[in-house]
Amino acid sequence: MGHSDKQYVTPNAWQALRTYTDARIGLGRAGVSLPTSELLDFQLAHAQAQDAVHQPLDVGALVEQINPLIYECGLDPCHSLQSRAPDRPTYLQRPDLGRRLDDASAEILRQYAFTNHRAYDLAIAVVDGLSSRAIAENTQPFLTELCSALKHDKDEWSLAPLSIVTQGRVAIGDEIGYLINARAVLVMVGERPGLSSPDSLGLYLTWDPHVGLKDARRNCISNVRKAGLDYPDAVRKLMYLLKESRRMQLSGVQLKERSEEPVIEGAQPQQNFLISNEKP
Amino acid sequence: MAATPGSQNTQSQGYKYMLGSRTYQFSDLSQLMAKATPARSGDRLAGVAAESAEERAVAQRLLAEVPLKQFLQEALVPYEQDEITRLIMDDHSVEAFAPISHLCVGDFRNWLLSDEATSEMLSKVRDGITPEMAAAVSKLMRNQDLILVAKKCHVISAFRNTIGLPGHLSTRLQPNHPTDDATGIAASMLDGLLYGNGDAVIGINPATDNVAQATKLMQMMDAVIQEYEIPTQSCVLTHVTNTLEAIEQGAPVDLVFQSIGGTEATNSSFGFNLANLAEARDAALSLKRGTVGDNVMYFETGQGSALSADAHHGLDQQTCEARAYAVARKFKPLLVNTVVGFIGPEYLFDGKEIIRAGLEDHFCAKLLGLPMGCDICYTNHAQADQNDMDNLLTLLGVAGCTFIMGIPGSDDIMLNYQTTSFHDALYARRALGLRPSPEFEQWLTRMQIFQDAGRFTPSVELPSSFAKPLQRALGGRH
Repeated sequence: MGHSDKQYVTPNAWQALRTYTDARIGLGRAGVSLPTSELLDFQLAHAQAQDAVHQPLDVGALVEQINPLIYECGLDPCHSLQSRAPDRPTYLQRPDLGRRLDDASAEILRQYAFTNHRAYDLAIAVVDGLSSRAIAENTQPFLTELCSALKHDKDEWSLAPLSIVTQGRVAIGDEIGYLINARAVLVMVGERPGLSSPDSLGLYLTWDPHVGLKDARRNCISNVRKAGLDYPDAVRKLMYLLKESRRMQLSGVQLKERSEEPVIEGAQPQQNFLISNEKP
Repeated sequence: MAATPGSQNTQSQGYKYMLGSRTYQFSDLSQLMAKATPARSGDRLAGVAAESAEERAVAQRLLAEVPLKQFLQEALVPYEQDEITRLIMDDHSVEAFAPISHLCVGDFRNWLLSDEATSEMLSKVRDGITPEMAAAVSKLMRNQDLILVAKKCHVISAFRNTIGLPGHLSTRLQPNHPTDDATGIAASMLDGLLYGNGDAVIGINPATDNVAQATKLMQMMDAVIQEYEIPTQSCVLTHVTNTLEAIEQGAPVDLVFQSIGGTEATNSSFGFNLANLAEARDAALSLKRGTVGDNVMYFETGQGSALSADAHHGLDQQTCEARAYAVARKFKPLLVNTVVGFIGPEYLFDGKEIIRAGLEDHFCAKLLGLPMGCDICYTNHAQADQNDMDNLLTLLGVAGCTFIMGIPGSDDIMLNYQTTSFHDALYARRALGLRPSPEFEQWLTRMQIFQDAGRFTPSVELPSSFAKPLQRALGGRH
């Protein structure tokens, strides 16, 4: 590919600027069109993003992967649950169905709650969402980091058994948290894959979960993945939210307003290389 | 003996049609419009879509018989409840409506396609057409009809350059960055400008959405526009109330942005009303920053927003969308664009539905007199790909679309979706002979960015004005 590209492709002198951004700049051109190598790169990235949406989550493999951690934390075995969306095409067109557990899954949680008859500080739901890849790749390392942080926190955290949900959306955590009798629910969900980020995990925290809550009641941490917000940073942010949520007994907009990182103020425009006015 | 197919319509009975032994009944104009709409997932999600292909075809036959006058008598969203209905009804021009007032929807299609409906005639009747009339006729039209009539509708707007002249296509340079990093944004701006992009606007969707950040980005773009004397305008796509505050604090605002919908309740969910838009427009006009025109508003729309806000009043999503154009035309925008594939597959499922919606939105907006562009785009969970975007780009190019987006390599690394690239615009120019706005084209030649403006060929060598900036960026590297 390399040598034929060189013959008919006009390169761009500013290609080296790619050091400063993930944007696909300085691609060069064949005539005025994309060079073949860039076209093929794009197609691969799009293929990976589509696969992330459509490949089913391998629940068995995930359970096997996280079982040692579950055992170490002294939790009961995971619950494997399903939403009311029976397949991907339905899931994609009916967000309402992805927000609710199917009857059998709801019954599993009801039975569990009935038998154990206790409350928890936190329930964690691992939900495939729009990227099974995000779940498969991030769940184990992220949970390892999180469980360690919870264990070492000065407050005690009682954890409900983990739920693993297929064809689910964020709001399905509301029903899970309610049925299992948890004071808060954390949903780990596969985010809508970007072309350069097919493996991005989203974290949603909701205090006092029950069916029918609006999104304004949730706090979100986005872009959790190796090449994005890494696990220690994500857990640090999450622990802050978890502790504040428990202290204030709420989540969502009211919590966000208090915990937002300070915005850098100042009227001076950021300098950039397109502007020539060098400082005297 | 089978009954003769045919319709019996009275207002009290709703709309009724007998086909063989079946009788189809539609309770009111809203339901008839929804059932006549070409299939799409958002209307199924809302539960307003036709239940069979036959029901849809029957609804279209009935809709064809509805007199245009009916739309002035039967408001689809109650006048008392909705300021957009009031805007539509109160601003309707009886005089402009006169030449078409005798038509029913089916004949309106014939008239639009006829040689009587010249570009001059179409602009004459513009203020007599309501969004609902435009939506209704579009539901009966094939894609080629939507293209042919839109092409006849000439809409020209201006701020620092002239946009929408026949045979021209403009581009919004969209240098978004996930952390609003100044160097990252500048790198994408340089890339876009050197591919001849950015005459509609240089417009950033900020990653951090507040007044301080918006102001910083406005100052940055303003400095670049001044430094290189680019005949274009900038915009930060932040909430209208943020822009108003920025203006009050002295920020260099060219265009006021807002996402708009077709019902008052949709716009309330977006946190604004018509009075906010009027106030912001007045503030932007008072800055007098335009040099060749005073269109200072930039709106974005898209089918599905009303349903998403649970504010659709039982209407289909395309009719809601057309009603948003009443909001837009009240404020004489420089640019409007429908972000057609961004909302996701629960509203427009695949490439076919996205393409149809893009053509409908462009047609309705042009018929109503708006400078309509299109964010030809898709998300990775929709059944769509680059080929679908190529198709829609080509169709809209033929239809005389005002502008498209331009982004490096089609990949928006901030919003995580794919839209048209700088390269795509050059494809459309070459394939269809579409030129950038005249002032901008002269600038491209003067700056030696294009070595051959006639063939839309960028220079092989780096234009001299950009050698120093590049050196500044790369410093001691290489």
